[in-house]
Amino acid sequence: MSSNPLLDELTTREYAHGFVTAIESDVIPAGLNEDVIRLISKKKNEPPFMLEWRLKAYRHWLTMEEPTWAKVHYPPIDYQKIIYYSAPKSAEGAPRSLAEVDPELLAMYEKLGVPLKEREILAGVAVDAVIDSVSVATTFKAKLAEVGIIFCSFSEAVLNHPDLVKKYLGTVVPYSDNFFATLNSAVFSDGSFCWIPKGVRCPMELSTYFRINQADTGQFERTLIVAEEGAFVSYLEGCTAPKRDTNQLHAAVVELIALDNAQIKYSTVQNWYPGDKQGRGGIYNFVTKRGKCLGKRSRISWTQVETGSAITWKYPSCILMGDDSVGEFYSVALANNYQQADTGTKMIHIGKRTKSTIVSKGISAGHGENTYRGAVKILKSADGARNYSQCDSLLIGDQCAAHTFPYIEVKNSSATLEHEASTSKIGEDQLFYCMQRGLSAEDAVSMIVNGFAKRVIRELPMEFAVEAQKLLGVSLEGAVG
Amino acid sequence: MKSLLEIHDLHVAIEEDGHEILKGIDLTIRPGEVHAVMGPNGSGKSTLAYVLAGRPGYVVTKGSVLFEGRNLLEMPPEARAREGIFLAFQYPVEIPGVSNTAFLKTAVNAVRKHRGLPELDAIDFLALLDEKAKLVEMDEALLNRSVNEGFSGGEKKRNEILQMAVLDPRLAVLDETDSGLDIDALRIAAGGVNALRNGERGILVITHYQRLLNYIVPDYVHVLFGGRIVKSGDRQLAHLLEEKGYGWIEKDVVSAAAPVS
Repeated sequence: MSSNPLLDELTTREYAHGFVTAIESDVIPAGLNEDVIRLISKKKNEPPFMLEWRLKAYRHWLTMEEPTWAKVHYPPIDYQKIIYYSAPKSAEGAPRSLAEVDPELLAMYEKLGVPLKEREILAGVAVDAVIDSVSVATTFKAKLAEVGIIFCSFSEAVLNHPDLVKKYLGTVVPYSDNFFATLNSAVFSDGSFCWIPKGVRCPMELSTYFRINQADTGQFERTLIVAEEGAFVSYLEGCTAPKRDTNQLHAAVVELIALDNAQIKYSTVQNWYPGDKQGRGGIYNFVTKRGKCLGKRSRISWTQVETGSAITWKYPSCILMGDDSVGEFYSVALANNYQQADTGTKMIHIGKRTKSTIVSKGISAGHGENTYRGAVKILKSADGARNYSQCDSLLIGDQCAAHTFPYIEVKNSSATLEHEASTSKIGEDQLFYCMQRGLSAEDAVSMIVNGFAKRVIRELPMEFAVEAQKLLGVSLEGAVG
Repeated sequence: MKSLLEIHDLHVAIEEDGHEILKGIDLTIRPGEVHAVMGPNGSGKSTLAYVLAGRPGYVVTKGSVLFEGRNLLEMPPEARAREGIFLAFQYPVEIPGVSNTAFLKTAVNAVRKHRGLPELDAIDFLALLDEKAKLVEMDEALLNRSVNEGFSGGEKKRNEILQMAVLDPRLAVLDETDSGLDIDALRIAAGGVNALRNGERGILVITHYQRLLNYIVPDYVHVLFGGRIVKSGDRQLAHLLEEKGYGWIEKDVVSAAAPVS
């Protein structure tokens, strides 16, 4: 008998919800047990290998404990109170028109210049507004199919490309990786799958935006991107406009695999609901993102602009296995009001002459807490490995905080590592200087912050960069009096 | 003639400790006039410049400042800038990652918007910038660098004059523009200022040394001492100061304040 009361409850409750009755319903009651996982798998018509994998993950999850090492604070999460499957998305409780939507959210859309039609979709208005985007997505898919690229929802991939999924799933983030990734592996709802065949350069930026309106990917999203030899893909995740979402816990997993000479560029703009000015509500964004440079001279770049969520716990990492492979991490994380961000990266150098670059820009305002946590590991085999790290923090006001935890582990003496760090404060002097030239305080802050984040913003695809700049400004409104 | 700036009995204290710096300033600047305010260190020269521009940290305890007939002290700093008050900083501030050009374009358009003028697009703005850059012999490379970052002292001051030229203010306040400049840089900066002299614009030159006034020849010279203007005159006053030093003023003021009993 286990001494863990939660475990006890789980194991004794295992069959409490009758499997047969539950399958009649579209919403599985809150709580997690093996039946729930079987049911999720069944609803999705998954092949046995997928169910087996989910169950392995679930059983492992039961032995794990929620990590506490991150510099974030939140009340304990009751995992038995979460609904792990609900489809189709219930329109109940959703606003019926924009008039019913939180005016602050609408004001934000206005400032970001989100087209009217999209505002309804983003705000979760219960109207059938997806027709346009479905047709856009269809033409888009046809164009990709021409060059042999597979880009579809994860569920579709499991059904239509089981061999590819089987071959790569969990090879970067194993089901046993960490508490949140393991939970995701057991219950993931949906996500994206992308496979770029050998030698193909993806002709457009792939964006979840084209897909997300078709399927409600929910809180346990899973993404798998594979670039075969010599392939190239630039993938955009997220949206600058905040999405209405009632799920508080988000535990996504992203796996990237790059074979010989392949390159994957993964860009994220994350703007989930950060909670109100007093820190009530807001999304917990506990994400595991990792890329594997499996092939020689392969390259994986993570670029992220994180402005949303009450708590961000996220370390997009690179495992540099192939000789001469390159890993990059460019990040801007902003924590305003009572937001907490604990983010950074891990660069694990295994192959010879592997190279990594880390540029992290943390912005703290209000009572925000921003932590950079990064690890650079040079293993014994990584002759001539190089790393360059730069971690800068910008403080706005005197109630916020910035922390930096860079871990470095070097087992090969031929490695070269450079680390630069700085902390600065938006000074009265800078603000006054800008205002003396006619800029409003808000424009001045936005300009100073964008200047600070420029090195990262310029890594984003053009149209995303413009939006991200606006977003940084909007997210800091009211940060200076 | 109507006055551009009217300062009347202005008293200013440091917000933090209440220490009074300006103790009753009276000064009137009419359009087209160049006034120089000279004074020893600690006399309140920079405070005067900052208060006119609306820098936080100071409290006006008494007196008034009218700009084109309106109460300047009620306006927030950005409104003063948009209305046409320009301060060339003694210590120009660095803004990393923000290009000089982008910064100036944003500023120009904020001012133009306020004045009901259409915003300049990139092409028109660059043409304007190019024209004004020649005025202060500004290297094009500096326009694309981050605002003041890594600029030499002279480049920073020239950049201030460039901004002034582009923003076309009604009243320009130059706070110790000569400090830290060698003679060539001084000549270029002064040349830029002189090119901007016209019948409409008022210029207030704040300086410790008379040297700058050889290049920017003022219509009036005022001596600031202990928070008050203790002497006013034409440019001859500046020469007199150069000759006799501030000690001369000090003796004068002290003997006036404390008559022999």
